[in-house]
Amino acid sequence: MAWTKKVLRVNLTEGTCIGEPLNMEWADQYLGQRGLATRYMCEEVDPTCDALSSENKMIMATGPLTGTMASTGGRYSVICKSPLTGAIACSNSGGFIGAELKNAGWDMIIFEGKSPDPVYLHLENEKAELLPAGELWGKSVWEADEMLHKIHQDPQMRIAAVGRAAEEGCLYSAIINDLHRAAGRSGVGTVMASKNLKAVCVRGTRGVGNIKDPARFMKSTAEQKQVLAENAVTGQGLPTYGTQVLMNVINELGALPTRNMQEVKFEGAHNISGEAMLEPRASDGKANLTTNAGCFACTIACGRISTIDQTHFSVENKPQYWGNSGGLEYEAAWAMGTDTGVDDLDAVTYVNFLCNEDGIDPITFGATVAAAMEMFKDGDLTTEHTGGVELEFGSAKALAWAAEVTCRGEGFGRDLGLGSRRLCEKYGRPELSMTVKSQEFPAYDPRGIQGMGLAYATSNRGACHLRGYTVASEVLGIPEKTDPLVTEGKAGLVKAFQDATAAVDSAGLCVFTTFAWSLENIAPQIDAACEGDWSVDKLAEIGERIWNLERDFNNKAGMTSADDTLPQRLLTEPANTGPAEGKVCGLDEMLPEYYELRGWTTEGELTDDVRGKFNLPV
Amino acid sequence: MQKSLLIDAGKCTGCLQCEMACSYENENVFNPSKSRIKVFTFHDEGRFVPYTCTQCDEAWCLQACPVDAIVVNSKTGSKDVLEDVCVGCKVCTISCPFGTINYNQDSGKVIKCDLCGGDPACASACPTEAITYVDADATGLARMREWAGKTDNTATA
Repeated sequence: MAWTKKVLRVNLTEGTCIGEPLNMEWADQYLGQRGLATRYMCEEVDPTCDALSSENKMIMATGPLTGTMASTGGRYSVICKSPLTGAIACSNSGGFIGAELKNAGWDMIIFEGKSPDPVYLHLENEKAELLPAGELWGKSVWEADEMLHKIHQDPQMRIAAVGRAAEEGCLYSAIINDLHRAAGRSGVGTVMASKNLKAVCVRGTRGVGNIKDPARFMKSTAEQKQVLAENAVTGQGLPTYGTQVLMNVINELGALPTRNMQEVKFEGAHNISGEAMLEPRASDGKANLTTNAGCFACTIACGRISTIDQTHFSVENKPQYWGNSGGLEYEAAWAMGTDTGVDDLDAVTYVNFLCNEDGIDPITFGATVAAAMEMFKDGDLTTEHTGGVELEFGSAKALAWAAEVTCRGEGFGRDLGLGSRRLCEKYGRPELSMTVKSQEFPAYDPRGIQGMGLAYATSNRGACHLRGYTVASEVLGIPEKTDPLVTEGKAGLVKAFQDATAAVDSAGLCVFTTFAWSLENIAPQIDAACEGDWSVDKLAEIGERIWNLERDFNNKAGMTSADDTLPQRLLTEPANTGPAEGKVCGLDEMLPEYYELRGWTTEGELTDDVRGKFNLPV
Repeated sequence: MQKSLLIDAGKCTGCLQCEMACSYENENVFNPSKSRIKVFTFHDEGRFVPYTCTQCDEAWCLQACPVDAIVVNSKTGSKDVLEDVCVGCKVCTISCPFGTINYNQDSGKVIKCDLCGGDPACASACPTEAITYVDADATGLARMREWAGKTDNTATA
């Protein structure tokens, strides 16, 4: 129980929407959301297919705890093959539409094929229909959101949409739901637009029932909410500063990748930090941050709601950006600020608004601009390419311009929309792309936080902090402190984080709970909600099964151990200052042990033993 | 002592725990669309505002009801809907100036906040104390204390 046990299958080629029962045998093995949708992908999609062809499928999936009172139980993920990486894509988002989908009576929606003309899905409980989206095509997410609410006269309808960037083929387009929450990474929005699907509108009034033991569930979720409230990170740090609590911390540690990862400390970090977001500005005495906000059911509420200084150059005569919207999270502030050398809080907030307005991944975008800036510095790119713009590190104006042209797919923005791997190859400097499997790094330098180097190299969706967040242990001491500068023991640490995170995602919960919760806190909530017995061991096994399944998809897509590596810069250019000064990332000291712990061959392939142990499809 | 729901919108994060607690208490299902308390989001202003019945002393809904299906709960002071008497005419939903009594399509009756019989689930579920259940005669107490704290009467030594 807790699942609705129903899947909506939308065939965009045929224009049909048909309900079918959820495969409960798979639900028992993969739980829900990320894991369960990946199982469907592996069954139904050829991993070698072109990600932007009609052969690819896109699944919006909730977990069994999505839509319940379990804290943070509002998550959904979008699973498909990524056009950016060629690997499995799984982008997780909060906001409200995941819970709304569950309330409408569905665990997941599988989109297949490709519509001949632009359409959007309108889903109201059992009633699903594809409607023409001709007038919405060419509009931003924010415009489309407003138009759809008007068309349906339903202020409570939840909407996920793609913007102009996705329509124009930007390879790291996001799906934006509830105006400023994003299934952000790996180009899931590009896949959606390639199917001529502009938006998904959901209204659910059926509710989520079917809880196995309601009294025990209410008691368990209440106890675990208390654990979150009493924890320093989830109870104080995140509500007050958001994930931006990290900007100054990671800078002090000398692990803040700066100016395309050439340096590890940023002199302007404070100016774009969580602390700076609380400081009153000169023009109107208001702070950048208006309030914190929670996604559905979230009792942490790390979300930032911000405004831009109306006198700032970026929004002059643009009243549409004067109101509140989703403010800076740490990774976005890092990529678009630190990595480009821009320490202008309003400029970075403006660019963040644009990322939400037209749906692009701020991490990949910022890191791509950073790579372009380094090529500009070296003369590989000139003002001839940029149409006269001086694309210099530290230029807030250049950053704002880059976001505008990328979001609209105009001029040099189309080059930026390729992501840094393809951009740097195009201009003859492939070594300047800070990526793994063609996906850009987030905000932790693996020379100063060694475990993250292995986590990036082995992440199943390309460089990513959310697949194995060893920062928790190496920096924050959760669950126990490890030395960030050593490689010893990190293979096991990375594996443990990867497996646990896969289980947390698949439950429909937010990974930020794991600053306070382990599987010990999560298992009782799932066990009270779902039929069957859900122990810590079973969840850990499910997490490991999911990790192996994702890896298997990637191997079948043609990836090998050669793809489990880092850019040469991180392996050969030592950190220039701080605690990690003189150090490179010791990936080769960790990777063989990691393969061994996974039970894979030295080539990173699954063995028959592993396949058998986890009952994986051949 | 009668108690009232006290809502401090400035503390609300928009998480909807209150809506789920309400629907679970009253309908045995997590379903914000069936909640008697609603959180409104004012996106451009960056504000979240929970809103529900204030339990008017001279309740318009109670007076408008043609079949006397709305009665005063002597224990809590709430105005409760007697489901088996309600005929679903919706006159009360028109008479309420605040819109806090609503028709429920599934049951054909109206629903409104009844303070959960004296232990409101929304207040218990709220993680930020944006919704509390306090002495009805002193709902202004916290705000009075806040202003009192701003009085400059530090003892001079």
